[in-house]
Amino acid sequence: MIRSGTLILHVAARLLMPLQLLFSVFLLLRGHDEPGGGFIAGLVASGAFALYLFAFGPRATRQMLRVAPQDLIGLGLCLGVISALPAWWQGQPFLTAQWWTIPWIDFKFSTPLIFDIGVYLVVLGSVLIAVLALMEGDSEEASHD
Amino acid sequence: MQLAVLGGFVLAAFAPLLHRWFGERTGWVLALLPGALLLWLLGQLPAVVAGEILVFEQAWVPGLEITLTFLLDGLSLLFALLISGIGVLVLIYASGYLKGHPDLVRFHVVILAFMMSMLGLVLADNLVSLFVFWELTSITSYLLIGFNHTDLEARKSALQGLFVTVGGGLALLAGLILLALAGDSWSLQDLNDRGELLRGHDLYLPILLCLLAGAFTKSAQFPFHFWLPNAMAAPTPVSAYLHSATMVKAGVYLLARLSPALGGTPAWEAWLCLIGALTMLTGAFLALRHTNIKKLLAYSTVMALGTLTLLLGIGSEEAMVAFATFLLAHSLYKGVLFMVAGILDHETGTKDIALMGGLRRVMPITALCAAVAALSLGGVIPLFGFVAKELLFAAAWEGGWRGVLLPATLIAAILTLAAAAIVGIRPFYRARRELPRSPQEGPGTMLLGPLVLAGLSLLLGLWPGAAEALVAATASSLRGETVTASLTLWHGINGPLLLSLVSLALGLLLFRHWDGWRAALRPLDPLIERGPEAAYFRLMNTLVEVAEWQTRLLQNGYMRNYLVMMLLVLVGLTGVTLFARHELHLAVALDVQLHEALVVGLMVAGAVMACVLRARLAAVASVGVMGFCIALTFVLFSAPDLGITQLLVETLTVILLILVLFRLPRFARLSSPLERVRDLVVAAATGGLITLLILQVVSVDPFPSISDYMVANSQPLGHGHNIVNVILVDFRALDTLGEMFVLALAAIGVFAMLRFHAGEYAERDRQARGEVVDD
Repeated sequence: MIRSGTLILHVAARLLMPLQLLFSVFLLLRGHDEPGGGFIAGLVASGAFALYLFAFGPRATRQMLRVAPQDLIGLGLCLGVISALPAWWQGQPFLTAQWWTIPWIDFKFSTPLIFDIGVYLVVLGSVLIAVLALMEGDSEEASHD
Repeated sequence: MQLAVLGGFVLAAFAPLLHRWFGERTGWVLALLPGALLLWLLGQLPAVVAGEILVFEQAWVPGLEITLTFLLDGLSLLFALLISGIGVLVLIYASGYLKGHPDLVRFHVVILAFMMSMLGLVLADNLVSLFVFWELTSITSYLLIGFNHTDLEARKSALQGLFVTVGGGLALLAGLILLALAGDSWSLQDLNDRGELLRGHDLYLPILLCLLAGAFTKSAQFPFHFWLPNAMAAPTPVSAYLHSATMVKAGVYLLARLSPALGGTPAWEAWLCLIGALTMLTGAFLALRHTNIKKLLAYSTVMALGTLTLLLGIGSEEAMVAFATFLLAHSLYKGVLFMVAGILDHETGTKDIALMGGLRRVMPITALCAAVAALSLGGVIPLFGFVAKELLFAAAWEGGWRGVLLPATLIAAILTLAAAAIVGIRPFYRARRELPRSPQEGPGTMLLGPLVLAGLSLLLGLWPGAAEALVAATASSLRGETVTASLTLWHGINGPLLLSLVSLALGLLLFRHWDGWRAALRPLDPLIERGPEAAYFRLMNTLVEVAEWQTRLLQNGYMRNYLVMMLLVLVGLTGVTLFARHELHLAVALDVQLHEALVVGLMVAGAVMACVLRARLAAVASVGVMGFCIALTFVLFSAPDLGITQLLVETLTVILLILVLFRLPRFARLSSPLERVRDLVVAAATGGLITLLILQVVSVDPFPSISDYMVANSQPLGHGHNIVNVILVDFRALDTLGEMFVLALAAIGVFAMLRFHAGEYAERDRQARGEVVDD
């Protein structure tokens, strides 16, 4: 059985997790030009949550997550489909990329970015579903025994 | 036009919301849409009657020549009028029939979706969109037959209807594709202009047979007629609408639509006349065996569908006029009769005619409607059904094969008249009987439909000229040339009239001795039970058995067997292609650096250790060594994205494995040495093949590489320097979108597998199988 709750793990998880999440967002946003992107960023974020899960257990992780991993997947799929809509509106082929520059902060906003965020959420949700279900299955069995 | 139909689907999605606002009156609100469509269609009537073909163009997938173009000619207009007109009445009727039903919302959603699919089907000009709408009607019909989903019988019937119609749908799809290839167009309009070419084409017979399979299953032609009476498990408004007036006529519609392109050949004539006549007789004959009013009406619908097919088979100008008239007349009177059946069921609590009697006093309006409709069904003067039947006799008289078709038509007419008398007279006259409920006149919502339709039957009977223009326009689109029709009630004393009189006399005689006739036919029951429906059940049971057998063989739950199977298939298919179709070029320039050799050596060591080690954790670690070496290789050959991904995946794999390891039993050798040798051979073959494949790919270059395009266009078109990411989220975004869905499905699968226990599945499996097996 996995025992959650050694002191070192607790402290490390608390310190590392925000950094990992921040890093995942960094990877996500820079992914279009430098190594990174939604898939990798999603994996990094899953790693962050997995670390937290090992340290504090499934219940605490779910509480911190607030939304169910299934909903993350659903949201991700929705974003993927939504990113296809602007092109449709313009009468262009399905999923043609659209780019807008937001002038004041010189930030390029685009449908591929929305799409990538969708990928990020789907990856994160899928890994979390598996990890959480495995972990919770363990603790259920433990409580039965 | 497209907006109205697609908007209907949207409206269906919002029906639950409307229910919150309008409650019981939602049916009336929803009826506004088909009502508006009906008025609009009536507005188009003059133009269509004048011979115009209205085309509403709309692109859908231009790259694949798929359009959503709608076409409005006589045939489409007749169908569209029936769909929207009867649709209005059925929606209103259902708000009485299903009053207070907890699932009324679901009914409204599905029936509205059906209505729009059916409209799309009869209006579509493109073969692909026609097929899409066709399948949509099958699916919505499935949901409506199984409306009372807690009833096993209803579920079973729904599944049967779905299997039969969707099975035919597959044949139809094949037929439509062949048709498009032969005619070199996906547009029905073009195809109908190329009749000569199509009829002379080598593929004509395969096309015809595939299309017939689709149309015959959908329109419940012999030997597929059995699903239609079973579909009567649906609520009565559904039976009145789908399984009498609209959906079951889709097959007939398709044949009619394509008759200018494919009709008139000996094969067409033989198949349609033969099957049509058989269906007509089967339906008329089996109808009289039943005392359940809905089954009786269903078989009578089978008879009508057979008649329509037969008329299409005859194909003469008279036959086409008779087709249009009969179609209209049938929809009018059969709609009434089903609605009356619903009122009787609703008020008396039984569907058995033999139990009813003397209801005329308590439900006079229902009795009146039933009488009018039954007279029309029987083809008695002065109703519209009479006009149709006269034309039918005339067409059979004039057409080829008179010696066979005329007696068949006459027999069917006699049996139908008896059935009409049973439905129109039996429940309402004679002595009152004990009934499960004390009957009253049905509510106004349920009487509106029968009154309007029966009124139309009578009106068109007395003044058939009113329908003349529409009938002529329909017949013109069937013939592909202008046809004039003259409908009159009285043709003078001629052959058809005499036949009518004969059928009237014999039919009434049969009606008087109905009870005796049923008793006399009882010895035939075992024979009838061995009919096509028994073949259906045998087929379904065999299907389940084969599925079980192949599941045990292929899906036995052992990872090792899955792997062996997949790898062998890979080796087999790829290997054969590689060796048989290509020459091997293995000119390899070995140019290996020291550090590369080290990485490879480490990888090999990891692989060997993973196989040899007996401790599980150590084996996992060895596999991990291999994974990290692969990641290193990616980095060495400057693919940082792949390297990072591989690294992260390896890490997550370790996390997952740690979670899984606790669940596994103690390490044991489960395979015999022989099996391990087998596995070694499979593994070696796979590895060897992939190596050969890579060497081949490196040394020969059969296609120009696409990577140059990606490199050149990543920045200008994709606005990104990271080519991998640009490919993933822009160039190949559709692939990625598909993979996102796959990933989501896999996650749901994992979740289900871990959360639900095997025992629950076995239980559910048994229940699911109960639906197919006839017991």
